[in-house]
Amino acid sequence: MFRGSLAWEGVSGLGLRTFIEGWPVYRQLTGTDPLGRGAAAKSDGSRALTARTEDADSVARSVCPYCAVGCGQRVFVKDGQVSQIEGDPDSPISRGRLCPKGSASKSLVTSPLRQTTVRYRRPYSTQWEDLELDTALDMIADRILAAREQTWEDVDTQGRPLNRTLGISSLGGATLDNEENYLIKKLFTAMGALQIENQARI
Amino acid sequence: MAEAHPVGFQWVMEAKRRGAKVFHVDPRFTRTSAVADEYLPIRAGTDIALLGGVVRYILDNELDFREYVLSYTNAATIVSEEFSDTEDGDGFFSGFDPETGTYVQDSWQYEGHEDSSGSGHTAQERDSAAGLTHESHGAPVGGQTRRDETLQHPRCVYQILKRHFARYTPEMVERVCGISQAQFLELARAWTANSGRDRTGMLIYSVGWTQHSVGVQYIRTGAIIQLLLGNMGRPGGGVMALRGHASIQGSTDIPTLFNLLPGYLPMPHHAEHPSFDEWVDSIRHPGQKGFWGNARSFAASLLKAYWGDAATPENDFCYGYLPRLTGDHGTYQQVLNMIDGKIKGYFLLGQNPAVGSAHGRAQRLGMANLDWLVVRDLFMIESATFWQNGPEVATGEIVPEECRTEVFFLPAASHVEKEGTFTQTQRLLQWREKAVEPPGDARSELWFFYHLGRKLREKLADSTLPRDRALLDLTWDYPTHGPHAEPSAEAVLREINGYDVATGRPLSGFAEARADGSTAIGCWIYSGVYADGVNQAARRKSRHEQDWVAAEWGWAWPANRRILYNRASADPDGNPWSERKRYVWWDAEKAEWTGYDVPDFEKTKPPSYRPPVGASGPEGIAGDDPFVMQGDGKGWLYAPSGVLDGPLPTHYEPVESPVRNPLYGQQANPTRKMYAHPVNSVNPSPPQEHAQVFPYVFTVSRLTEHHTAGAMSRTVSPLAELQPEMFVEVSPALAGEVGLTHLGWAHLVSGRAVIEAKVLVTDRLTPLRVDGRIIHQVWLPYHFGFEGLVTGDSANDLFGISLDPNVLIQESKVGTCDVRPGRRPTGPALLDLVADYQRRAGIVPGQHAPAVTTDNEGKEHGAS
Ligand code: SF4
Repeated sequence: MFRGSLAWEGVSGLGLRTFIEGWPVYRQLTGTDPLGRGAAAKSDGSRALTARTEDADSVARSVCPYCAVGCGQRVFVKDGQVSQIEGDPDSPISRGRLCPKGSASKSLVTSPLRQTTVRYRRPYSTQWEDLELDTALDMIADRILAAREQTWEDVDTQGRPLNRTLGISSLGGATLDNEENYLIKKLFTAMGALQIENQARI
Repeated sequence: MAEAHPVGFQWVMEAKRRGAKVFHVDPRFTRTSAVADEYLPIRAGTDIALLGGVVRYILDNELDFREYVLSYTNAATIVSEEFSDTEDGDGFFSGFDPETGTYVQDSWQYEGHEDSSGSGHTAQERDSAAGLTHESHGAPVGGQTRRDETLQHPRCVYQILKRHFARYTPEMVERVCGISQAQFLELARAWTANSGRDRTGMLIYSVGWTQHSVGVQYIRTGAIIQLLLGNMGRPGGGVMALRGHASIQGSTDIPTLFNLLPGYLPMPHHAEHPSFDEWVDSIRHPGQKGFWGNARSFAASLLKAYWGDAATPENDFCYGYLPRLTGDHGTYQQVLNMIDGKIKGYFLLGQNPAVGSAHGRAQRLGMANLDWLVVRDLFMIESATFWQNGPEVATGEIVPEECRTEVFFLPAASHVEKEGTFTQTQRLLQWREKAVEPPGDARSELWFFYHLGRKLREKLADSTLPRDRALLDLTWDYPTHGPHAEPSAEAVLREINGYDVATGRPLSGFAEARADGSTAIGCWIYSGVYADGVNQAARRKSRHEQDWVAAEWGWAWPANRRILYNRASADPDGNPWSERKRYVWWDAEKAEWTGYDVPDFEKTKPPSYRPPVGASGPEGIAGDDPFVMQGDGKGWLYAPSGVLDGPLPTHYEPVESPVRNPLYGQQANPTRKMYAHPVNSVNPSPPQEHAQVFPYVFTVSRLTEHHTAGAMSRTVSPLAELQPEMFVEVSPALAGEVGLTHLGWAHLVSGRAVIEAKVLVTDRLTPLRVDGRIIHQVWLPYHFGFEGLVTGDSANDLFGISLDPNVLIQESKVGTCDVRPGRRPTGPALLDLVADYQRRAGIVPGQHAPAVTTDNEGKEHGAS
């Protein structure tokens, strides 16, 4: 990279040796960075920069949320916010690499498009409304109980047990944790809902 | 693979650098093709013909790994004389019942086992996708079989296989698949040359295989080749499924699926499994060899984990609480039931069927006819806003003021805002640490379901109704922490692992499971993930500090085993097949199995062990039977049961195809699951009339820069910017034929929908010569929808609903359509266009062609 007038100021102020050492190509040829992709290429400006990974408050070891390769991620946190997500070089699966999706994980979790409040649409309404989370949970619980009430089947026509409702369905699970899938299946099974499906069916 | 699983693909490149030859078979030239040694364009939906050609090549030239095949597969086993093949039945095996469109499997059995427990009528198994329960273990078959070690008996599996694939010649491969004989032979030569004592070859597939009306049989054909070549249970071998979501393997093992309970225990069926004993015996198959013999302990331990103190041996561990199947309750049946008003409420948990499932219009019309819908997602997805912004609002089919569905949108926590495990595509569990708190109202599913359960139980606390007992007796006392009372994911993982009921001690593995109620295990195949009270999935020993098997990174089920059936990596005497492929072997001095991996065999059972006459369960497995979950301990070249559409794979045309089946009179899979519903339809295929109304083949797949239905990528600015628009790839020849211009618009019409896309004219699509004529294929990404930063029409809208009979997965990798220049019509004119095509094609909504092909011409075809 040509650094223009800054370098010439260097000549007059600090002498020829400093001037020559200021050339990236000199440092590349004589230093420890023959490919010129590290120390040799640094400018005064870039020398002053620190990586977001260096001044993080904490690092969480994580896994990419997209496909099933399961690339290792390191999630860097600064002031309670995700400041960077990088590939985990220790991972025997991914060896530190991430594809475009995995590399965009920080943009995913910090996307301004993320919904962070509960939204509610009444029957026949043309718009969304706000709703308290706890109220929503309560309303959903009431609707589950009503659906069971309306559609419960104790036995089949020959008196064999059915113990179920076909009034409730659920779809999704492949993006979720094993522990979550476990609780989802356990709770739905106990409430007699068996129409539980996920991405593995498609 | 380079497109959809890019970082996994680095290992293919690594292998290539070390001399491996990479073949890429795909209808479209992709980034994988660009770096492969050979690219083979194929007509979508014809993989069984290609792979069947490889099977024939192996058998004809006697290139199978004979010692492996004789000892480890069922090649020598004699099959019932009642069996007859598709070669004699013009596309039908013996036992077809035209009434139900399914097979009675008695005649497929091994000789002397015609009435074994696995045989019988499969209509009910199809409805409950029973094929899926074999994911972790083999289908039932009796232990003692008759064999001919010379492989000469006309009814031994080897000879049956030879006859079955005799017509899958290089000429036939060319005629069916559009792959030249020279290219085919190069593939077959390289594959066989790279297999044996010193070398192994690997087969990699993804949903390009599963999303077909014969998807399971595609994989079966691949497995047959890999068994013949001795590529199973050995390093560098195998059949690798590359799955599409971070924990789709986990959500199959711990299933959010209608027909399964954790660890592939079947959901009980009202008629088949009225009692606990009958349910357990249907899994265990008394008398059968193999590890599934311990099913009673796994089943009792699951019920104990669910219902704790209430579950006792006296009340069959509350077996009566489990809801019962009566038929097909799969996601597509559910959607049709929604349209018919039979379903009240629907939960969507990180899935977006309005874009991601076949027949998008049916999905959206179903959701518009619910009492209530709960959407839990990171973003406002199409499945939450269909009532407001969906294409049916534009056509007038959904009017917001008349749409009764009450919608709750609840924001979800992202993967960095909660802790827990994903199971990636090689059965490896990896624990994620929590980095930050979720924003605002966003919560984990763990939080949502735990507190929903808590509320339901509170509301029902005074209930005396029998139906509420299962909820009230449920063990639901997970410790919580933090400002939102987040339940402990580690506590749930501990329950999944299992514990000793009396002491609470975490179990070290499923060998400790007991049938007397003294153990509780949430998912028996995951038992060991919390051994010694340590979260084994959280292990992160650097790859630099351990060997290449990396056994201390995460934890793989079962028992932290990285390669299944790895006993097969040693010869029958227990020695490595070669130094180069040494993996697991018998240490005669120590009298135990040892190696780089956890041996998939009883540690001290010597290779010379032979079971006593009549032995069953694990005791029945001989010292040289590596396939320990199979009822006969052998790898199955021929599947006497467990696969509903035949013991051997057979080429059928896709449900929608412009080509008449060149091999058999029967056009498409006769056992496929079809739905005669007014919303559903199938485009006509030969020998039906009007097939030419939809002359082109279309297929869909992923772009590197997007993910599935787009909810996690069209909302993320760098990804949206990289792939900003819906497009269709067409060959220059087709562009000329139809009148399409590069970067102009085209619209595509099927019997279900019309969608538009920008045109990319490219050599990546090759017109194929098939059975004497040119077949044009077009390709579409399926990621687009009407919400997000970048939008476009949804490719999945074009598909109808036809399913594989084994697993009820839809055929959504191939269909037929028409392609026209310019943009599609809007509003009601769009519906008119589809109706016009339906009329011209003779489609009557609610009716489909019979599953059994009926034309006299077809018979001649089959016999030729
Ligand atoms: S980084 Fe890419 S390849 Fe790796 S898991 Fe994520 S999506 Fe898959």
